[in-house]
Amino acid sequence: MVGSKKRKGNKAVVNIVLGIICFIWLVPTLGLFISSFRPAADILQTGWWKVFPHQEWKASDDVIRLSKDVDLRGPIEVNGKTYTDAQLKAGVVEGGKRLMWENRRARMISVQTEGWVTKSNLTTENYKNVLSGKEYKLKKADGSETVQKGSGLSQAFLNTLTIAVPATIIPVLIASFAAYAFAWLRFPGRKTMFVTIIAMLVIPLQVALIPVLKDYTALGLNGSYLGIWLAHTAFGLPLVTYFMYNFISQLPKDLFESAFIDGASHFTIFSRLILPLSVPALASIGIFQFLWVWNDYLVSLIFIGNQPNVQVMSMKIADLVGSRGNDWHLLTSAAFISMLMPLAIFFLLQKYFVRGLMGGSVKG
Amino acid sequence: MGTQAKPGIRLRAVLISLGILLANIVVNGLIFLFFRDSTLNPLLTAVLAVLWGVVGVYLIYYTLTFAAEKYPDKIRGRILPFIFVGPAVLLLGWLLVLPALRTLYLSFFDASSDKFVGLANYAAVFSDRLLGTALRNNLLWVFVGTLACVAFGLLIAILADRSSYEKTAKSIIFMPMAISFVAAGVIWKFVYYYQPGDEQIGLLNAIVTYFGGQPQAWTSMIQPWNNFFLILILIWMQTGFAMVIFSAAIKGVPDDILEAARVDGSGEIRIFFRIIIPFISTTILTVTTTIIVFTLKIFDVVMVMTGGQYDTEVVATQFYRQFFMYRNFGYGSTLAIVLLIAVLPVIFVNLRQFRKQGGF
Repeated sequence: MVGSKKRKGNKAVVNIVLGIICFIWLVPTLGLFISSFRPAADILQTGWWKVFPHQEWKASDDVIRLSKDVDLRGPIEVNGKTYTDAQLKAGVVEGGKRLMWENRRARMISVQTEGWVTKSNLTTENYKNVLSGKEYKLKKADGSETVQKGSGLSQAFLNTLTIAVPATIIPVLIASFAAYAFAWLRFPGRKTMFVTIIAMLVIPLQVALIPVLKDYTALGLNGSYLGIWLAHTAFGLPLVTYFMYNFISQLPKDLFESAFIDGASHFTIFSRLILPLSVPALASIGIFQFLWVWNDYLVSLIFIGNQPNVQVMSMKIADLVGSRGNDWHLLTSAAFISMLMPLAIFFLLQKYFVRGLMGGSVKG
Repeated sequence: MGTQAKPGIRLRAVLISLGILLANIVVNGLIFLFFRDSTLNPLLTAVLAVLWGVVGVYLIYYTLTFAAEKYPDKIRGRILPFIFVGPAVLLLGWLLVLPALRTLYLSFFDASSDKFVGLANYAAVFSDRLLGTALRNNLLWVFVGTLACVAFGLLIAILADRSSYEKTAKSIIFMPMAISFVAAGVIWKFVYYYQPGDEQIGLLNAIVTYFGGQPQAWTSMIQPWNNFFLILILIWMQTGFAMVIFSAAIKGVPDDILEAARVDGSGEIRIFFRIIIPFISTTILTVTTTIIVFTLKIFDVVMVMTGGQYDTEVVATQFYRQFFMYRNFGYGSTLAIVLLIAVLPVIFVNLRQFRKQGGF
């Protein structure tokens, strides 16, 4: 009895500690998310946590007027107490109220009271501005307006999709054919080829980039969709082949034998039998490859370069960080747009997602 | 009788297969040129590409196996495997295996790949100050990053296992793995943001000033500690990975052993170190190597956060700088080979393990 009571007490401690860790893990993303909905000027003026109710000094109607001849350099007497000029500048708390210069030249002191405030001024302007390529007006903190050009992220979103979908389907298909052959067919060179593929699993991409870029320049593939599809296909192949091999080689042998007796060819067996049976594995590794391409920065940076009409989101955002590092209204909304797809996949297809990531964790 | 085909049939088979091969090369060559030069609307290009990726690639296999069917059984059995592995092997060879060898070759040549310089690039890489910083930082990343990811992953896995909201907690910790390093960079740049003046909008500086400290430009000013603030991003992203794998392994620890230890009066901490850790030691090893390999190649975070300035350069960013900005192919290739050498032990372990599993 005592033991179980102690266990229960432990559980409460565990729950609290884990809760704190989870909170710390969530807060950075939450900050980005909230900020992306705040007006540009607000983001720069107050922390995003100020959208939640918090206590803050607010000016009340109460104002103390001192006589014009008070010497500001000496001690200043207010309501029977003396303060220095510096104290009044920073605000001094007295009996639950705060005294602060309202207008120093006019000798006006505002009496502020503490109260609950929310700075919950939210807008979707940031998203509109970052997605479009048009010019828009932006109100600055001091009330003035400037004209900025939108970032054209919707184009980059489309480009990313254009690159990611084929760069997922092509390697998964090619790798599945190869995995089938490695698992169930016997041919000379099979071992050498497969060992090479395993060796390529953790190879750093960097070792391939210089020669491939040279070839691409010679072939005119730089900055083209085809070039980047092929690059992602090749770089993804070792992992996808290995993953699919592990799955396909575990399928029961009788399956193939009975199909063979029925006179089916390898091609028929593969497309009618193996592919449908492999759907869970295909989904897992497909999701991994898709996210890998979606989140990729290095490969796009090298092979797309400065082609603005092919640029992907990660490059666009990295550019924004470099050129407009203080424009948080753009950065936060742009980053969140790029996270939409991964987060949607994460929450909707969590089972496949985790399985794919586990299998794909070794990727170069 | 059937396998001893007449010469006429065999000739026909050869002609058909050559024709199909040629047709494939021509058609796909044209598609290649079309996609390379296409200036169509990207959405339309994407749809066509998906169509080609599914139907086109499938058709390559279909037509080639169709041609192979024309041969007698024995020959067909020889050709067929190569049709299945052909495209994968060709692409891998062109874009990964050969380039790796070419990079090794280039690493013995000077900046413009004209003059053979022997090991001079390697000597330069290990002595040059900038590259030295990159190597030092990379070690820091590998050591601190991996250690923290594994330790936190283990801790959270244990806590989650004993908590009453395991699934939710695991989702929250795992979520950062889904997003890109670039997006994570923006998230943390905002946390670390510093602006002169009283009002700090970056969370970290707001906390520091709340407790009476001085706000800092975390990622640039306090060298070499700024590297740790970058490594923190990696920890935030990768701990989830370690946690999920550890969590599965911990569930494999038999309950009766744990119960027996508890009955004997062992405390939870003792159980953790004496039973759980030894039980999942191979898993810990795997996770550790995986994160080490991953961390060795770290690039995006540094690129987005500092661009390698303020002494935060790592090998991969230095590689990019040498190769892409200075066009020094000699240094670039050498750095790539340094990364390759660093992962070689892992490659060997992988191969040995695969052989042990009786893969072949």
